[in-house]
Amino acid sequence: MKAINETENINSRIRKDRVFLGLVVLFSVITVSPIILIISKLIEKGYKQLSFGFLVEKTPDTMEAMTAIANNELIPGGIVNGILGTLLMVAMAAVIAIPIAIITGVYLYENQGKWLANITRNVSDILQGVPSIVLGLISYLWVVKYVTNGFSALAGSVSLAIMMLPMIVRSTEETLKMIPQTLKEAGLALGIPYWRVLTGILIPTGFSGLMTGILLAVSRVIGETAPLMLTALGSRAINMNISKPTSAIPLLIWEFYNDPNMVDMIWSSSLLLMIIVLAFNLTAKQFAANRK
Amino acid sequence: MNTNILQVKDPILAIENLSVAYDKNVAVKDVTVGIKKNTVTAIMGPSGCGKSTLLRVLNRMHELYENIHTTGSVTLNGEDIFKMSAIKLRRKTGMVFQRPNPFPTMSIYDNVIAGYKLNGINQKKQERDEIVERSLRDVALWDEVKDSLTKKGTFLSGGQQQRLCIARALAFNPEIILLDEPTSALDPVATSKIEDLLITLKEHYTIIMVTHNMSQAARISDYSLFMYLGELVEYGKTKNMFTNPQDRRTEEYLTGKFG
Amino acid sequence: MNSDKITKIVLFSVSFIILIVAGGIVFSLVGGAIPSFKTFGFGFITSSHWDPTEGRENYGALPFIAGTLITSFAALVISFPLSFATSLFLGEYYRNTRVAKILGTMVDLLAGIPSIVYGLWGFYILRPFLIGIGFENQGFGVLTSSIVLAIMIIPYATSLSNEIISMVPNDLKEAAYSLGSTRYEVIRYVTVPAARSGIFAGYILAFGRALGETMAVTMLIGNSNIIPDGLFSTGNTMASVIANQFGEADGLKLSSLIFIGLLLFVITGIVNSIGKLIIKKMN
Ligand SMILES: Nc1ncnc2c1ncn2[C@@H]1O[C@H](COP(=O)(O)OP(=O)(O)OP(=O)(O)O)[C@@H](O)[C@H]1O
Ligand SMILES: [Mg+2]
Repeated sequence: MKAINETENINSRIRKDRVFLGLVVLFSVITVSPIILIISKLIEKGYKQLSFGFLVEKTPDTMEAMTAIANNELIPGGIVNGILGTLLMVAMAAVIAIPIAIITGVYLYENQGKWLANITRNVSDILQGVPSIVLGLISYLWVVKYVTNGFSALAGSVSLAIMMLPMIVRSTEETLKMIPQTLKEAGLALGIPYWRVLTGILIPTGFSGLMTGILLAVSRVIGETAPLMLTALGSRAINMNISKPTSAIPLLIWEFYNDPNMVDMIWSSSLLLMIIVLAFNLTAKQFAANRK
Repeated sequence: MNTNILQVKDPILAIENLSVAYDKNVAVKDVTVGIKKNTVTAIMGPSGCGKSTLLRVLNRMHELYENIHTTGSVTLNGEDIFKMSAIKLRRKTGMVFQRPNPFPTMSIYDNVIAGYKLNGINQKKQERDEIVERSLRDVALWDEVKDSLTKKGTFLSGGQQQRLCIARALAFNPEIILLDEPTSALDPVATSKIEDLLITLKEHYTIIMVTHNMSQAARISDYSLFMYLGELVEYGKTKNMFTNPQDRRTEEYLTGKFG
Repeated sequence: MNSDKITKIVLFSVSFIILIVAGGIVFSLVGGAIPSFKTFGFGFITSSHWDPTEGRENYGALPFIAGTLITSFAALVISFPLSFATSLFLGEYYRNTRVAKILGTMVDLLAGIPSIVYGLWGFYILRPFLIGIGFENQGFGVLTSSIVLAIMIIPYATSLSNEIISMVPNDLKEAAYSLGSTRYEVIRYVTVPAARSGIFAGYILAFGRALGETMAVTMLIGNSNIIPDGLFSTGNTMASVIANQFGEADGLKLSSLIFIGLLLFVITGIVNSIGKLIIKKMN
C-alpha cells in the first residue's frame, strides 16, 4: 500500500461521508416541510371562519358575501351542504365498494397462482393507477348520461367507488396473506364450513388490516375534486336525493376559489377538509399499529 | 493470573480486559489474550458464548450498532485499534462472514477489487489485474473462474463464493484475517478446500477463526481459545488443549458433554 | 349443492365485477372517443390546433400530451433529490428509530393532502413567491405546477425505495464496512446498486401518479392550449384540459375530451405496468 496521502485520503473521505449525511438530513427536512407549511397556513387563515355556524349553515350567495366583506364582517353561513354531500357520496361509495372489494380480495387470496386470479389482480392494479379524472369521465358516461339523466350524487359515488375498489382489494389480500395458514387449516379441520371459516376466523383475525385499508381508501377519496366536477357538479342547497346534483367540501372549495367574493371561505373549508382527511388517515395508522 | 491462559510474547494483536455488552447484557467478559503472528487461532465454545461478538470487535464491526458498548483495550502492532480511524483498522483486518456474501451487483472481478474501489483508490488496469489474479490464485479460485471474471459473483457455488469472499478480504493485503464460521454453510468438499487454503495463508497472514467444528480446529489451528458464557476459559497450543485440557469446562466441551 | 361450492361461486362471481368495470372503462372510453377519431384520425395526437369555435371546430391533443409529459418529468426531476434523501433517511441512516417514524408519518401525510389543497397552496403561497423572484405569466406555468407535483409524488417515490433500501441485507453492508468503507461509500457502491431496480420502479410509479394529477395542475399551469416551450411557459395537461373544458362540452368537443381521457388511461396504464413489471422481476 502506498502510504503517501493515506491519511489525507481517509480524512477527505470522512468529510465526504459527513457532508453526504448532512445533505440527506437537510433534504429530508425540506421534503416534509410542505406538510407543516400547508397545515399552518390553513390554520392561520382558516380558524377565524371555523365556527359552529360554519358546520350547520348553508353556503351564502355571492351578494351576501360581498355585503359582509364591504362591512368588514366575516362571511356568514357555512358549508353544511358540502359536508352532507361529502358524507352522502363517500358513504354511498363505501357501501358499493367495500363488499365487492373484500370479496374480491378473499378470492385473490384463495386462488394464489391461478391464471384468472392473476389477471384479476393485474387488472385491479391497473385500475388503481387510473387517474381520478378519467373515472369521473366514466361515471359521467355511465351514470349521468344513462342512469340519473343529469349530474347526481350517485354519479359522484360511482366514480369514488371505482377509486376505492382496487385499494381495498389489495389491502384485503395482503392482510389475509399475513394470517398464518394454520389458523385456516385448524378451522377447516374442525369441519367448519368454508364460508364460516372465512367470516368467523379469517376476517375477524384480519379485521385491523381490513379497517386500515378501508379507512385509507376513504381518506383518499374524501378530498377528490376532479371526478366530482364531472359527475356531482355541486349545489348551493342541501341535497340528499341521490339523483340530483350535490355539493361536496372539495367542490365548494373549487367554487370559492373561482369566486373572488368567497375567497375567505376557502381556508376554513380546506382546514375542515384537512382535519377530516387527517382524522381518517391517523385512525387508519392506529389500526395498522394495533395489528402488531 | 489464570494459568490456563497462555502468555504470548510479542503478540501482533493484544486484547486486554475486553468486555462487550449489548445494552446491559454482557456478552464478552474481561477477556485478556495475545494472538501470535502468522498462526491460525481458533475460537471455540458453545453457542452464544460470545465468539462472534469478540471477533467482530476486532475490526470494530460493533460500532455499526448503537446498543453495543465495549471497555478494555485492543492493540494491533502496539497501536490502539480504538484510537486509529476505523477505516484504517478495517483495511488491516479482513473479515469473512459465516454465509458467503459477494456483492450481488458486482462481477467476480469487481468483487475482488471491491476493497480498492470502496476505498476510493484508483489504480491502473494492469495493477488491478495483477491484484485480482494474485488474490484469486491465493484462494485457489483463479483456474476455476479466470474465464468468467465478468460474471456476477453470485453465480458461483457456495464454496466458490466463500473463497471469493476470502479473496476479497486478501486483495487489500490485511495483516489479520478474521473468519466467523466460514465453512458452516458449506459442504465437506468445499470445507476442506478452505481449510487447506487457510493453512497456506498463514504464511503471510495471521488468521483468527471462529469455529464450531472441533475437528476443524484440531486440523488447522495452531492455537485455540475456549470461551464459555462470555469468559475466556482456556487458551493455548491446540495440540495441548485437545490432548490435555486444563479446565473441566474445556474438557467437557471437547468430549461432547455439552455444546 | 354444498355450502363450500356456493361460497366459491359467490367469490368468483363477485370478483368478476372488477373485470367488468375495467372492461367497461375501456369500452366506454373507446366508444366515446370514436366520433373524434372518425373526424381527426391519428392527426388528433399530432395536431396542436385546439379550436372549439363552432363552424371551424378542430381538436388536436399534442399540446396536452406534451404538457403532461413535460410537467410530470420535471416534477420527477425536482422530487428526485428530495425523495432519494428521504428514503435514505428512513431506510438506512435512521432505520427503526423514533425520528424516522415521525418523518415517515409526515411523508405519508403528504400523500393524504387533497390535490385541491396543494393547488391552493401553490396558488396563494408558491406563486407570489415565484412572481417575487421574477417569474413571468403571473407565476403560472410548467415550473409552478411541477414544483407542486413534485411534492405530491414524493410519498409514492419514497415509500417503495425506502422499503427496498431497508431490505438490503445487513451482511452485504457489513462486508463493505469490513473492507474499510465509509457509510457514504457503502451506500453508493453496495446499498444503492443492490436496491436500484426497486428505486427505479418507485420513480416510475411516481411518474405515473404525476401524469394523472388534475386539480393542482389545473390551478397552476395557466391553461393555455399551447405546447410549452420551456419551464416558464404556460400550458395545459391532459387531465387539466378535461377538468377545464368539460363543463361546456358536448358533441365533437366532448368526444375529443374523452379521447384525451382514453390516451391518458393508456399512457398511465403503460407507465404503471412498466413499474409493476420491474417490481415483479425483482422478486
Ligand atoms: N445483536 C444482538 N443484540 C443483543 N444481544 C446479542 C446480539 N447478538 C448477540 N447477542 C447476545 O450476545 C451473546 C453472545 O452472542 P454471540 O453471537 O457472540 O455468540 P456466539 O458464540 O457467536 O454464538 P454462535 O456459536 O451461536 O454463533 C449471546 O447471549 C447473544 O444472545
Ligand atoms: Mg456466532
